Amino acid sequence: MKGLVPIVAAMALLGAVPVATSSNVVLNFLVVALLIALVGQGWNLLGGYGGQYSFGHAAFFGTGAYVTAILQVRYGVNAWLGFAAGIAAGALVGAVIGALSFRSGLKGSYFALVTLAFAEVLRIVASVAPITGAGVGTLVKLDLRSEAFQFQSRAPYYWIALCLVGVSLMLVRAIEGSRFGAYLVAVRENEDAAQALGVNTTLVKLVAMTISAAIAATGGCFYVQYFLFVDAGIAYGPWISIEALLVPIVGGVGMVFGPLLGALVVKTLGELAKLVTGDAPGLDLVIYGCVLIAVVSVAPRGVAGVVLVLHRRIQALRIAPPPASERRDG
Amino acid sequence: MSRQFSAVSRREFLRTTALGTASTAAGLCSAPAVLRAQGASVKIGVLHPVSGALSYSGQQGRIGAVMAIEEINAAGGIRALGGAKLEAVLGDAQSTPEGGSAEVEKMHSAGVAAIVGGYGSSICLSASQTAARYDLPYIVDVGVVDSIVTRGLKNTFRLGPGFGVIAQTALENLVTINDQAGKPAKTAIIVHEDSAFGSGLAKLLNMQLPGRGFQVLETIPHPTPTRDFNNVVLKIRSQNPDLVIPANYYNEYVLLARTMLQQRVRPKGIYSVLGGAASSYKFVKEFPEAAQYIMDCNHWFDPKNPRAQAFKKKIEEKGEFYTYEVYMNYSCVLLLADAIERAAAADRAKIIAALESSTFAGHVMPYGPTRFVNGQNEGAAPVNTQVLGKDIHVIFPASFASATPVFPIPRS
Amino acid sequence: MISMAVLITVVLNGLMTGAVYALVALGLTLIYGVLHIINFAHGALLTAAMFAAFFAHELLGLDPYIAAIFLAPLFFVAGYGLQRLIIGPAAHGEDRNVLLVTLGLAVVIENALLYVFRADTRTITLSYAFDVVEVGPAFIPVPRVVAFGVVFAVAASLWLMMRWTDTGKAIRAVAKEKLGAELSGIDVAHIYAVTFGFGTACVAIAACLLIPGYYVNPHAGNAFVLIAFTVVVLGGMGSVAGALVGGLFVGVVESLSGYYLGESLGQIGIFAMFILVLLFRPKGVFGAPA
Repeated sequence: MKGLVPIVAAMALLGAVPVATSSNVVLNFLVVALLIALVGQGWNLLGGYGGQYSFGHAAFFGTGAYVTAILQVRYGVNAWLGFAAGIAAGALVGAVIGALSFRSGLKGSYFALVTLAFAEVLRIVASVAPITGAGVGTLVKLDLRSEAFQFQSRAPYYWIALCLVGVSLMLVRAIEGSRFGAYLVAVRENEDAAQALGVNTTLVKLVAMTISAAIAATGGCFYVQYFLFVDAGIAYGPWISIEALLVPIVGGVGMVFGPLLGALVVKTLGELAKLVTGDAPGLDLVIYGCVLIAVVSVAPRGVAGVVLVLHRRIQALRIAPPPASERRDG
Repeated sequence: MSRQFSAVSRREFLRTTALGTASTAAGLCSAPAVLRAQGASVKIGVLHPVSGALSYSGQQGRIGAVMAIEEINAAGGIRALGGAKLEAVLGDAQSTPEGGSAEVEKMHSAGVAAIVGGYGSSICLSASQTAARYDLPYIVDVGVVDSIVTRGLKNTFRLGPGFGVIAQTALENLVTINDQAGKPAKTAIIVHEDSAFGSGLAKLLNMQLPGRGFQVLETIPHPTPTRDFNNVVLKIRSQNPDLVIPANYYNEYVLLARTMLQQRVRPKGIYSVLGGAASSYKFVKEFPEAAQYIMDCNHWFDPKNPRAQAFKKKIEEKGEFYTYEVYMNYSCVLLLADAIERAAAADRAKIIAALESSTFAGHVMPYGPTRFVNGQNEGAAPVNTQVLGKDIHVIFPASFASATPVFPIPRS
Repeated sequence: MISMAVLITVVLNGLMTGAVYALVALGLTLIYGVLHIINFAHGALLTAAMFAAFFAHELLGLDPYIAAIFLAPLFFVAGYGLQRLIIGPAAHGEDRNVLLVTLGLAVVIENALLYVFRADTRTITLSYAFDVVEVGPAFIPVPRVVAFGVVFAVAASLWLMMRWTDTGKAIRAVAKEKLGAELSGIDVAHIYAVTFGFGTACVAIAACLLIPGYYVNPHAGNAFVLIAFTVVVLGGMGSVAGALVGGLFVGVVESLSGYYLGESLGQIGIFAMFILVLLFRPKGVFGAPA
C-alpha cells in the first residue's frame, strides 16, 4: 500500500487543478499532456520495465481510436461501450503483433523496427479502406451529453483523463511489486539467464505487450472522444509512436512516474519555446529540440531519475550520524 | 512529428512594450504574439499551419490575412467602432488538429472576437469545434471537406466552396469544354492524393463521370509525399486516356507533370480538379514547358476585380507568389471586417449574426455577394483556368474569362 | 494484364529508385553497424544536404554531380562533429538516450531549415533532366541512370575502404568487438565519429543524386527515412552489400506492388515484405548469423 501513497497524492494534487483555475488553455494543455502520459505509460511497461522498445505503439493507439469511432458512427454503438471495445481491440492487436514478433525471437532494434512496420501497414490500410472513411477519416458527431462520452466543459474530460492515468499508475505499480513484474525486469536485464532459470520469457513479454497495448489503446479511444475526429495519419502516424517513447525516456524509463513527468516536462517545454520565440515558424521547435538534447545529456536517467537522486540525497542527510563532538561515549 | 513571416518579431515586441513583460510573467496562460496597435483594438485570431507538413500553405495564408488587416487599418480601421484597429493574434497550428485546437484556446483566452484560417480540413474541423464551445466565430479559409459545414455548428462559416460544389462545377465545365471542342475526350484516368480532399473528390468524380459520357479507365491514389511517379505515368501511358485528371498537392503535382513530360506522355488534355500546382504562378514560372495547356478547376480570384489585381501586384512586388491561400485569407478577413462594421461591436454573438446575414461583395473572389446557409457561402464556386503562354487565364465561367479554352492540346 | 514490356519497365524503374534508397540506407547501416544506434536524424540530414545541393546550384552555378565532390567531405566533417561533440557526449553511452538525441537533432535541423529557408518547395532545372535513355521498352531519365551508376561506385569504394584501409579495419574492429578494439589502442570515440561522418557523406551524395529529379523543402528528407530503415534491416544491419542489394530489392518490390496495387496500397508491399522477412529471418537477409 505504501507505494500507492505518492500516486494518490499526485492525483489529488492534479485533481485540484480545475478547481484552482477555470482557464481552458491550461485544462486543454493538461488533458493533452495526460493523454500522452497515458500512451507513454503503456510504452513504459513494455519498454521501460520489459526492455523491449517499440517504435510502433501507434498500432494500438490507432486501433483503439478507430474501433471506438467506427462503432459509434457506423453502428450506433454507445460511446462508453465503444470505448471498452476499443481497448479490447487494441489489446488484441498487441497480442497478435507480440505473438508474431516474440515467437520469431525478434529483439532489440529488430523488434523495434518490426513494430514500426506493423504500424505503417495499419496506417496504409486505414488510408484506403472504406470502413475507416479512407482518406477522409471518421468524424464523430458532436453530441454534448455524458451518455455519448462528450461534455460541454473541459473539466470532466480532465478528470476522466486523470483517472485513466491514475489507474495506469496503480496498475504499473502493482505489476512492479508482483512476481510478474520481477520476471519482466529479469527479461530486461538478461533474457537468457531468466530463461535458464525457468521463466517463460516469451509469455512474459507477450503479456506485457498485451497490457501495454491496452493502455495505449485507451489513449486512442480518449483522443477520439476529445477531438471527435480521426484519420489514418492521426491514428497510426509516427507522431504518436514517437511521443509514446519520448515521454517515458525523458521522464525516466522503468519508473512508475516516468511517463507522467516526461509528458509534463516535454509539453511544458513546447509551450515555453513558443512563448519565447513568438511567431517565427519553426524557431520554437528548434529551441524545443535543443533543450530536449540538453535535458537528455543532463539527466540521462530521466527526470524521475533526477528526482530519485535528490530524494536519496535528502534522505542521506537526515540519517547522517551526529558529529563526533556531540557523541556521549566517554 | 513531427512539423519566417512575422510583421513584428516577438523579441522586438517583448523588449519594447509593457504588454510583453506582463505576458512573459503570466506564463502558460499568456496570449500568443500580438501586433501592437494604437488605442482600442479588435483582436482577430489568425490561425495557420506555419510549421509542419502544411507549412507552405500556412505561410501563404498568414501573409494574405495579415496584409488584409494592415490594409483595413491603414484605411481607418473599423469606422463603426470609432476607427478601432484590427489586431492580429497569430497562431501556429503546427499542421495537426491538436495544435489548431490548442491555439484556439489561447486565442479565446486572449479575447479575440473571431478567428480566421486553419487551411487543412482536419485542422479546420478541430479548431472550429473548439471555437464553438465559446460561440467564437470561425471563418474557414480553405478547408474543403463538406463535413466542415454539415455539423450544425452555428459559429462556423466558409467563404469558399466545399468539394461537393467543386466536383460538380468541375464536371459540368469539363462536359461543356469537351462539347465545345467536338467531344474529343471519352476516356480519363484520375490521379489523386489519398487523404481527405483527394479521396473525396475522386469518389464524387467516379460517381458522376460515367453518367456524363466519360469512361474512367483507372483511378490511381497516391500518398503524400510520393517519391516517384514513373510507374503512375507508365500506367497512364499504357492505357492512353484522352484526359488525365489530377487532384493532389503542389509537390506531387509538379513531380507528376515533370514525369509526364519526361516520358513523353501527352494526353488530349490535363484537366485537374484542385490541382496542387495546376493554377499556381510558382509552377508556371518554374516549369513553363510542363505547365502549358494544363487546365484546372480551383479556387481563383476575380480577374476583373480591380482590388484583386491591385493586391496581386502588391504581393508580387513583395517577392511572393499570388497563390490561392493568399487571396482567400485576404477575402476572409475583409468579410470579417465588414461583419464587425455591421455588428458595430467586437461581440461574438453579434458578429455571428452579422455573418449570417452578410451580403458582402467587397472580397476579391468571383462569388458575388455572400449568402451563408448553414455556414456555407452559397455563391462560392471554383473557376476553370488554363495555362496559356506564361500566364494563367480564366476560361470558365464566361463572365470572368480572359481567354477561350485550348482543347484538345495541340500536337506540335 | 501482365505485359512483358510493362513488367520490365516497372522492374527497371524499381531498380533506379532502389539505387537511391540503397545509398541513403548505406549511411544508416554503417552508423547502425558500428555505433548500434538508429539514427533518427538521418532524414533531416538528407534534407539539409538537399538544401546544400540546391544552393550550390542556385548561388554557385554548380551542377549537382560536381557539387557532390565538395559536399561529401563537407558533410563528412559535419557528421563527425555531430557525433563527437553532440550525440556521443549527450548520450552517456545509453542507447535509449542516443535515440532521443538523434530525435532532438532531427527536430532542430528540420525546423532550423524551415526558419531560415521558409517552407517553399524548391527545384532546379537542368538541361539534361528531361533527357531519357532507352533501355529496352523503357525510357529512363538520365539523372536516374547516373544515380544508379554512382551508387554502385560509392558502395564499391566504401567496401574497399573498409577492407583495405587502416581506418576501415578499425571501423570493422569496433563494430565487431568494441572493448577489444579499445584495448588494442583504437580511439573508439574517433572511430564512432568517423563512421557517422561517412554515413552523413553518403547522404550528401544521395541528395545530389536526387535533386535533379526531385524537390527540396524542409520536410523532403522525411519521405526517405522509413524506407531507408526498411532497407537497413532487410539487408542486415551493418552490411554494405546488404544495403545495396536490399535497396534495389525494396525498390523493385515497391515498384511492382505500387504498379499492381496502386501507389497508396502498394506501399504496403514493402512493409509486409519487411515483416515477413523479419519473422522468418530475424537478422535480415545478409545479417550476421545469430
